[in-house]
Amino acid sequence: MGLIDNINKLFDHRIRLGIMSILMVNDDVDFNRLKELLDVTDGNLASHTKTLEKADYIKIEKSFIGKKPNTKYMITRLGKEAFKKHIDALEHLIRNQE
Amino acid sequence: MDSKKYLDDISQIKDLMNRSSRFISLSGLSGILAGVYAITGALVAYFFLLPQDDSYVVIHGWNFKLIVGILITVAVLSFVSAYLLTTRKAKKNNEKIWDDTTKRLLLNFFVPLVTGGIYILIKLNSQHYGLTASLMLIFYGLALVNASKYTIGTVQYLGYTQIVLGLICAAMPGYGFWFWVVGFGILHIVYGSIMHFREEKA
Repeated sequence: MGLIDNINKLFDHRIRLGIMSILMVNDDVDFNRLKELLDVTDGNLASHTKTLEKADYIKIEKSFIGKKPNTKYMITRLGKEAFKKHIDALEHLIRNQE
Repeated sequence: MDSKKYLDDISQIKDLMNRSSRFISLSGLSGILAGVYAITGALVAYFFLLPQDDSYVVIHGWNFKLIVGILITVAVLSFVSAYLLTTRKAKKNNEKIWDDTTKRLLLNFFVPLVTGGIYILIKLNSQHYGLTASLMLIFYGLALVNASKYTIGTVQYLGYTQIVLGLICAAMPGYGFWFWVVGFGILHIVYGSIMHFREEKA
């Protein structure tokens, strides 16, 4: 088995990796908080969350706070597992290159 | 493929996990100041208010009210300095002070603290003040441990130390005042200094 096999292509991107890192340690995070932490534009963030949602790695929950729409993001169990695998693979790669 | 990119990935993951879930701008200096206020308050109480001979403090007496006044002043001064110094540090680090993490931190801190405060007041009203110092230390320690998952490591250890001190204090009646001075005064200065020197190094 090649070492690269466990590297998740979906996480091979700074913003998607960032979204997953944040959701790993927070129960739920809303759109604006993600935007602020990752320092990205609305459109950019939306397209990456959509990609992760399609892979079933994150869940999106839409609601209203008063009249303002509020979008919350949560990690799924599948997403958690995939992310852990990805981290292990990264660790492996780094170790083997030293 | 170079491992440099993967190392960057790892450090980005770590940074985002910390920034999104921990409040890292807590200032060590504010801990030192809280300790200084506590010791000053205790000295004032010791020399002017606590009974010198065999008499004792009477609930609802004038000196009891003044002692409560000193406690409140020490607490308010500590919070104000913590707020000001932490805001300053957050600005310097370009961080927002009032976000989800701060809200969680404060909620987790105040639930045990307010519970303890109310409990102590109820006990005081029924003339049970022997364990006041011990209860203050224990509940404050629990508040710190509870809040520590949203902030830096030192706070957690300060919390554990306060809890242990509070328990020892409960087993040694009569020395409450001195345990209070050690817990709220000396420990704050010690842990505050550790935090402060770590900040300077970072």
